[in-house]
Amino acid sequence: MKSSHELAVQVHNLTKRFGRVLAVDHVNFEVKKGEVFGFLGPNGAGKTTTVRMLTGVIRADEGSALILGHEAGSLAAKQITGVVPEMANGYPDLSGWNNLMLMAELYGVAGKEARERSTSLLQQLGLVARKDDLVKTYSKGMKQRLILCMALVSDPQLLFLDEPTSGLDVQSARLIKDLLQSLNAQGKTIFLTTHDMDEANQLCQTVAIINRGKIVAIDAPEKLRLATSSMHSVEVSFDNMVSPEVLAKLPGVNAVRRLGDKHRLYTADPGDLVVSLVNHSCSNGLRIVSLNILAPSLEDAFVALTERESR
Amino acid sequence: MAYGQITLQQARRALAIARKDIRIYYSKGPVVIFGVLFPVFLFLSFTIGRHLAVDFMIPGLVGMILFFTATAISPIVAPWEAQARTLERLMSCPVRIETIILGDILASFVFGLCVSLVPIILGLALGITVSNPLIFAAAIIVAALCFASLGNVFSIPPTNLPATVNMIASVVKFPVVFISGIFIPLGELPGWGQAVAYISPLTYFTDIARNSIQGQGHLPVGIDLLALLTFTAFFLLVAMKLHQRTMPRRI
Repeated sequence: MKSSHELAVQVHNLTKRFGRVLAVDHVNFEVKKGEVFGFLGPNGAGKTTTVRMLTGVIRADEGSALILGHEAGSLAAKQITGVVPEMANGYPDLSGWNNLMLMAELYGVAGKEARERSTSLLQQLGLVARKDDLVKTYSKGMKQRLILCMALVSDPQLLFLDEPTSGLDVQSARLIKDLLQSLNAQGKTIFLTTHDMDEANQLCQTVAIINRGKIVAIDAPEKLRLATSSMHSVEVSFDNMVSPEVLAKLPGVNAVRRLGDKHRLYTADPGDLVVSLVNHSCSNGLRIVSLNILAPSLEDAFVALTERESR
Repeated sequence: MAYGQITLQQARRALAIARKDIRIYYSKGPVVIFGVLFPVFLFLSFTIGRHLAVDFMIPGLVGMILFFTATAISPIVAPWEAQARTLERLMSCPVRIETIILGDILASFVFGLCVSLVPIILGLALGITVSNPLIFAAAIIVAALCFASLGNVFSIPPTNLPATVNMIASVVKFPVVFISGIFIPLGELPGWGQAVAYISPLTYFTDIARNSIQGQGHLPVGIDLLALLTFTAFFLLVAMKLHQRTMPRRI
């Protein structure tokens, strides 16, 4: 158990209801200082509601949360956090620069410091040439990069990001991911909500999976991945069409997914399955074009954990 | 941090929010239409052809314009920001909901003050005299704050459609104008009419304006000012308390 001064976020029995819907159900977790904490879950699982309670936008019905030792939602907690809300925008009728200056004023950042930090952030995120243009003329990627600049202008110790790269072009997503890695290397704590398993795998030291308002797993991405042993898979491609129903009848196959001209067969014992596939191809006059054994991905772990809970 | 320091810090942040609102909302179509053009045309439609004296028309025109302009911005900011998806970012900043509300009210207050100077300057150019400029100025300031706070009360229902808020505001604003002694002086209203007029804050401002410009008010100026201050305190309190409950529901 970590002592409280090593923790950036401590959540205890956090609960939120919307009418009769229990959106977040007595959630408990901790985020260590200096780590990137991934918060994953399907749509409607309670991710955004949890983030909104932690950032003080909505109040919890039960439970408590501490942000770097301060009560979530208090002025002191908000002062030391930066937030990129889901689907948020900068003010479209203000320039990018004026949006940053407004945030600096709202966080009490002194003028010279605000201007220097804003210029540096705009340079890092490739927006400096457009800083005086109205935000309504920005592309989606530029708006999202600006929102990240706005979250960082106060130099926060803890950053909450709700789906920061969702729907962005590759360049914008990569710029944001690179900046997050660099911020984490400087010691900042990052709380990241994402749907992107590759992003979580690349960035996060710890991942929590929430489903139907309850935490179903918290661990390092690698440990979560390897814990899903029944989700080993064999990806195979034949020179002729083979029906997935036929492959599903092979011994040891738990599930089959068709992926373009390939099939992915899920199994607990990939070695035996390879033998079965070779025998099947010989006896049916098929030639194996490619065959790969795959360890379970974080996405596989996510699907397995959320489906298990949903049953 | 000491309570006084926090209050000062929040006051500075309310000013930043007001500056943001001034930059964004002063040129918005509904603000210009409902806040400036509409009261002018409404007033003209009631006065043209009636051969009214300038010193009777100007207090009414100032009251109308001040009322409509000061209630033009504060109702639409919250729904507009929720719709534009900027409100959640603002609410996650280290500002209280009261600070956000105060900033929105201040922007509306300044708008009301500035635009109401136009009919006053027009009146002075047409030869009216203001018998007690200090009291008249104080009344304009208190009334602008009062009407801006009332405007903010209109946006308490957590709808994110500015048009819906404008509709709610119109339902209240038009009856308030008709019962406030703008078109018919208070003294000429029947007893029941006067009783209804006293529930409108605009009545007290119009009365001070008539007192300052025509030299004849219906109530003592001190009572008018006290009534305006009481309405202001009430609207501010209601806006701050109820937005605490409804603002998170806009997200």
